[in-house]
Amino acid sequence: MSFFSELTAKPWLPEQATAGGLNVRALPPMNVGRTALKFFLGVASVLFFMLIVAYAGRMAFEDWRPGPTPWLLWQNTIMLILSSMALQWAHYSATSGDINGVRVGLFAAGAFTFGFLTGQVIAWQQLGTSGYFEATNPAIAFFYMITGLHVLHLAGGVVGWTAISSKVWSGARTAEVRESIALCTIYWHFLLVVWLVLFALLFSSDNLDVLLAICGIK
Amino acid sequence: MFVAIILILVAVGSVLFHLWSPWWSTPIASNWGYIDDTIDLTFWITGVVYILILFFMAYCVWKFQYREDRRADYEPENNKLEWGLTILTTLGVAGMLAPGLIVWNDFITVPKEATAFEVVGQQWAWNYRLPGKDGKLGTAATQNITDENPLGINPNDPSGQDDVLIQSEDLHLEVGKPVKVLMRSIDVLHDFYVPQFRAKMDMVPGTITYFWMTPTRTGTFDVLCAELCGVAHHAMRSKVVVDNASDYQTWLAEQETFAQSIAEARNKTKTIKTLASK
Amino acid sequence: MADIGHDAADYAPPAELEEVDLYHAKSWITKYVFSQDAKVIGIQYALTATAIGLVALVLSWLIRLQLGFPDTFNFIDAAGYYQFVTMHGMIMVVYLLTALFLGGFGNYLIPLMVGARDMVFPYVNMLSFWIYFLAVLVLVSSWFLPGGPTGAGWTLYPPQAIMQGTPGREWGIIMMLLSLALFIIGFTMGGLNYVVTILQARTRGMTLMRMPLTVWGIFVATILALLAFPALFVGAIMMLLDRVLGTSFFMPHIVELGEHLKYGGGSPILFQHLFWFFGHPEVYIVALPAFGIVSDLISTHARKNVFGYRMMVWALVAIGGLSFIVWAHHMYVSGMNPYFGFFFATTTLIIAIPTALKVYNWVLTLWKGNIRLTLPMLFSLGFIVTFVNGGITGLFLGNVVVDVPLSDTLFVVAHFHMVMGVAPIMVIFGAIYHWYPLMTGRMLHEGMGKFHFWITFLGAYLIYFPMHYLGFLGMPRRYFEMGETSFVPESAATLNEFITVTALIVGFAQMVFLFNLYWSRRNGIVAEKNPWHANSLEWQTPEMPPGHGNFGKELPVVYRWPYDYSVPGVEADFIPQNVPAGGTATGAE
Repeated sequence: MSFFSELTAKPWLPEQATAGGLNVRALPPMNVGRTALKFFLGVASVLFFMLIVAYAGRMAFEDWRPGPTPWLLWQNTIMLILSSMALQWAHYSATSGDINGVRVGLFAAGAFTFGFLTGQVIAWQQLGTSGYFEATNPAIAFFYMITGLHVLHLAGGVVGWTAISSKVWSGARTAEVRESIALCTIYWHFLLVVWLVLFALLFSSDNLDVLLAICGIK
Repeated sequence: MFVAIILILVAVGSVLFHLWSPWWSTPIASNWGYIDDTIDLTFWITGVVYILILFFMAYCVWKFQYREDRRADYEPENNKLEWGLTILTTLGVAGMLAPGLIVWNDFITVPKEATAFEVVGQQWAWNYRLPGKDGKLGTAATQNITDENPLGINPNDPSGQDDVLIQSEDLHLEVGKPVKVLMRSIDVLHDFYVPQFRAKMDMVPGTITYFWMTPTRTGTFDVLCAELCGVAHHAMRSKVVVDNASDYQTWLAEQETFAQSIAEARNKTKTIKTLASK
Repeated sequence: MADIGHDAADYAPPAELEEVDLYHAKSWITKYVFSQDAKVIGIQYALTATAIGLVALVLSWLIRLQLGFPDTFNFIDAAGYYQFVTMHGMIMVVYLLTALFLGGFGNYLIPLMVGARDMVFPYVNMLSFWIYFLAVLVLVSSWFLPGGPTGAGWTLYPPQAIMQGTPGREWGIIMMLLSLALFIIGFTMGGLNYVVTILQARTRGMTLMRMPLTVWGIFVATILALLAFPALFVGAIMMLLDRVLGTSFFMPHIVELGEHLKYGGGSPILFQHLFWFFGHPEVYIVALPAFGIVSDLISTHARKNVFGYRMMVWALVAIGGLSFIVWAHHMYVSGMNPYFGFFFATTTLIIAIPTALKVYNWVLTLWKGNIRLTLPMLFSLGFIVTFVNGGITGLFLGNVVVDVPLSDTLFVVAHFHMVMGVAPIMVIFGAIYHWYPLMTGRMLHEGMGKFHFWITFLGAYLIYFPMHYLGFLGMPRRYFEMGETSFVPESAATLNEFITVTALIVGFAQMVFLFNLYWSRRNGIVAEKNPWHANSLEWQTPEMPPGHGNFGKELPVVYRWPYDYSVPGVEADFIPQNVPAGGTATGAE
């Protein structure tokens, strides 16, 4: 809101020729990371949105064959939800100054994330060796591409998680890691939401009907 | 001074070039005169603005050139002027857009009496298919393509048997008869483009695209490909001949139908086989 | 973004960044090669972009030689010609213009103009450049691989791009797509830096509406790029999978040379949507920084404030927003649903309104100014002429039904070269003549500069203005040779020869410019401080060229907007941004 009200200022008026009044430089440095994360989430949202649009556009074709849904994906989804919750716990503990809680939360988040990543790789292998596999079936190609990009994003998050964890286990105080844990938590929640959308839309078995229902065609 | 003169020369030169240019749209041969009119209208509106801006700049550069003893005006903004210019521009834009959209509506609304024919593009040749005596084109798909059926016409569709095939030869059309041009490609993107018809449309493998028009004068016109389609893109040519009614019927009677071409191809294979077995 | 600007008036923060935040180079390598100083990175970006741009310039000569004198140069065959066209287009649009405006000018100018010591993430900034550098190397490598670079046209439309009938099908297209993916990753790193620096690292008193329009232009363009490039990224990855693993995202059932290919069911038009969802904002990614920079050049050299500063900012934002809903005007004859034409023609012509407004404000800035005809001003005038010319031909092509006869002809080629080739490059030249003294401490040679300007401006106009008329005539673009036709007169070949000769002359003038850049570094007239008497902060640094950390001991405090030129009642005709109320410019001189 203040962004837009600032845009109507008339900077040439003589009474505006002061340094005070409209100071913006004094934001704490941590906001830099938060702003960068917000913009990055915007970029990633566009990326996944484009994938969904491409997928939906392809589904509209007559010859669409829905891909199989490995049951493992349900388990992986639960893993990802648990890792998000664990990070939320770490974040909560960091805010209330409980370093042990932070450690528990971070450790659990790491373990569940590892579980999710392994589960995804196993799901790829299962699908690859199953009779369904066929490179020209778009549903299968989309499955690999979309889950692959999602895993890559999560892997990027793991780099951040590693940095934070090594700090925490080498004796950092909660105040020092609070902001980075907060950013990490936002990122995990974001990837969870993305995953839930992808999972619901792309890999439920009669997905075309779901999409058409959402679009109000059916 | 020098800069101002050059700016004026650019403006005047552009106008003179436009007036004397030997290069301009080819004489039209279809019903899309409205498209040319819209171009002319756009030309007038934008041309006047362009010349005005150039003259205004030239005047400023001449009149307000730097002098130690002069000072520039201090005027941060002028709402009245800016909004006035916005409204004027909006009117000008609307004046171009409205006729454009009306003509576009004509362009995509195919009249009922238009007869359909098909253009099939491939790297790097043009093929055509006209409906036979039943007045209907049979269905077709790239999947059906075989050596004896290079256009992929559905061999089981009865309405396709009498379709007239023109492979790598000139297409003929009848003057004054509206046609709906259906377009198909069996490999990459192509674009059926006859400059004198003004209309063009990409041909996309996997789908059928269309436009419609009425040829308005007889003659022979070049068919070009207007969408990059590989190394021989520039050499993908054909001709379309617009005939009067009687010439057209004579030509049409001489053409081979789908059923005939299949039979002929089979005979040929048979002959080759018998020759080989001997 | 909601956090901005809420600080109370009486809150006086330290005008100083803690020194720990500033990176210090320890060796020659970390100072000049793996540098984290935005100014060095900016120059690295500019030099790399110029180097690869020179390759694209040479390619354009080869293209013109073939078009002007067909059947004369045996070493240019059809396959080579299409490779030249493709690489010329892609390099110029992405690897030169985008990289130079955002990576080059963005890095150099943003921290200086907003009063920061550096970008907020210097390390990421360095990575951004090296990934860009790698992307350029990958692109260049395609010349040395079997089959050579891709000849699919810069739009890379499938199915053609990955099929046998197109040169570079073996490795060229793979390298092109990989290179684009790398470029996008690198750019995203840099882009986050520019945006966050502008939003969070401005010095005291630098409100959004006190930022020079250069910063505004780069800011909006960067946001566009961040949001548009993912679409190209997705398209590139999908096509890469189609080519390498045989998926069918964009590939329908195809018969090639009598053989049924294994593909089936993909949609070529989907790629076009993804490509142009990126491709149209891309035009503005190049144009908006040019808009911003040229506003500052005109204002400074006409000794007058930018007319309608607020309108200029709003127009930038409006153009940026609208640019995301006009993409399909590149696809009027692509075979997409024809009813889309109504929507996209309307949005496209609406975008003309804020753009026209910017043009009016530039010429109104000249009105009653005190115009110094310096080289930056000359190039700015050249920009206005070519931009208006290219803009109005855009009104032809945006109006859907007028586009039907003109699309895919030389009219389109002339249009986009005028509007996003010549016009932004005029601004780049103007900007280099303007900021060269800041970067090197010396002025560029005036005589060589005048020669460069007049040949480039008049030459480019003579190349592209007549080319529109060949488009009206119906000559298609991307034709290796016209061959026999019944509608192209002999005289068209003469015009093509004329265009080719002019293009070679203009190309020669660029060599003079490059020599000037090199020569003036040692031999140019030593520039006084703030030689153009400009107001913005980059000229108010204690040293020129600015040292590491930009502003010496204390960051400047900003008291006013950057356009206080010829303020009534003040003797000097400029008041720098860091001069308090009642102060004068003398302190800065």
